[in-house]
Amino acid sequence: MAHAGTLQLNNVNKHYTVKGQTLKVLEDVSLSIQPGEFVSIVGSSGCGKSTLLRLIVGLEAGYEGEILLDGNPISGTSLDRGIVFQEHRLFPWLTVEQNIGLALENSTLSEVEKKRSIQEHIELVGLKGFEKAHPYQLSGGMSQRVAIARGLVNRPEVLLLDEPFGALDAMTKYKLQNELQHIWQTEGITMILVTHDVEEAVYLGDRVIIMEPRPGRIKREVAVNLPRPRNRSDIEFVCLKDNILSAFGFLHKPEFTTELASV
Amino acid sequence: MASDAFTRLRTTDFRGWVLPLLLLVSWEYTTALQWVDTRIIPSPLLVLETAWQWLISGQLVASLISSLWRDIAGFSLGSLIGISVGLALGISKVTNRIAGPTFHTLKHISLFAWIPLLTAFFGREDLAKVVFITFSTLYPVALGTLEGVRGIPLSQLEVARVYGFNSRQTLFRLVLPAASPQILSGLHLGLIYAWLATIGGEFLMPSVGEGIGFTVIRGRASFHIEQIIFGMLIIGGIGYLFNHLATRLETRLLHWRGRPS
Repeated sequence: MAHAGTLQLNNVNKHYTVKGQTLKVLEDVSLSIQPGEFVSIVGSSGCGKSTLLRLIVGLEAGYEGEILLDGNPISGTSLDRGIVFQEHRLFPWLTVEQNIGLALENSTLSEVEKKRSIQEHIELVGLKGFEKAHPYQLSGGMSQRVAIARGLVNRPEVLLLDEPFGALDAMTKYKLQNELQHIWQTEGITMILVTHDVEEAVYLGDRVIIMEPRPGRIKREVAVNLPRPRNRSDIEFVCLKDNILSAFGFLHKPEFTTELASV
Repeated sequence: MASDAFTRLRTTDFRGWVLPLLLLVSWEYTTALQWVDTRIIPSPLLVLETAWQWLISGQLVASLISSLWRDIAGFSLGSLIGISVGLALGISKVTNRIAGPTFHTLKHISLFAWIPLLTAFFGREDLAKVVFITFSTLYPVALGTLEGVRGIPLSQLEVARVYGFNSRQTLFRLVLPAASPQILSGLHLGLIYAWLATIGGEFLMPSVGEGIGFTVIRGRASFHIEQIIFGMLIIGGIGYLFNHLATRLETRLLHWRGRPS
């Protein structure tokens, strides 16, 4: 089992300068995430949730405040923080196993261990038999599974998920959500999921962080104390979902909730 | 295998052969009937006879080897420099600021305009010709590489950053393979240009020595039209062969792009 990291964000502020004007993207974001926790972050577009993930993974720099992993400030990207993007971002010229192997390019494992780990993760995401396939031969869901395997294979302490199922059809999405939950339970890794899908956030998260836009900040936090695997039509589940939707200012007439969730 | 060949034979469209065959027949017909002055338009059989003589005398092989040697030397050198220039301009902003404008201005100078300068510096022998071929290859390859490197999406570069790639890994695991379609089409174009320059160089920088282009020129000097025609056919054939090989190599190397739908 991978070592799961404790992530601590203290008063993180981030702004861009656009044509001489300061644009505040994140304001005073503080968050404490326990090892092995699954935290969902929801918000409408422009609330800075993706920027927050990019800061944590180290693809964006220049912020105020502190981002600490196991007590140490992060600097740049590092193999202890993995990410799965909304688009799979596989390299089309590499096979499935080579794409997953990219994540191990700078790992200290021996070649034999690398090979074994790659094979294990291919099996973990249910792609046994597709080792030698190229991305053009895979469906969107399969490609995203490869991306998840690539994100997991080097055993990061924290895995960040930036709307990983946002571009998939509903059936594939449900399937992959269940698989992700299974992986999280078996690997015991800390996961942070950013999504605009409230149902997905409640289904997977131990906690749901609700963000609001302009400037991006944390509005509320909702604990999801429901046993797993959760039932999407369970009354408590639906109430929780409505509760969160109401935080976005939606009147929650049940027949509209699913539509509104994706707004 | 035999049935494979048979299927291929059956599915091949032979209509493309009609026009050349008609041409050949009418050529033979007009010369055989003496409708034209056969000193100016020799019969196809005479061309074939010349071909045979060239082959058994070893002159064909010798001139082909000379031309191809220069072609391959210039093409290899030009490809190497072209890819390096393209990478340097595509990867580094500083290099692009400093050398980009010069490069983009120089590429507008017609290739043939370099010849007086090249002959002044390097004479008319093999060196000058190889440099000329190098020049002709360099531009398409550099431009292809540059285009390929510029086209690499930020999203892929971010993947390289997430997995902590150093610059060597980024170059070999991402930049070169990602740019390979454009690099290969640059090389393909470079191969065609190099062959044009090989022949052009022999025409424009005549010297003693062997070469398939010289064959044509000497045919003109001695008024052996059949020699000119034969030389032209060989030049065209080699060009066709190069193009065919490059296309096959591209298809094989770029199989990962999938079949166009």
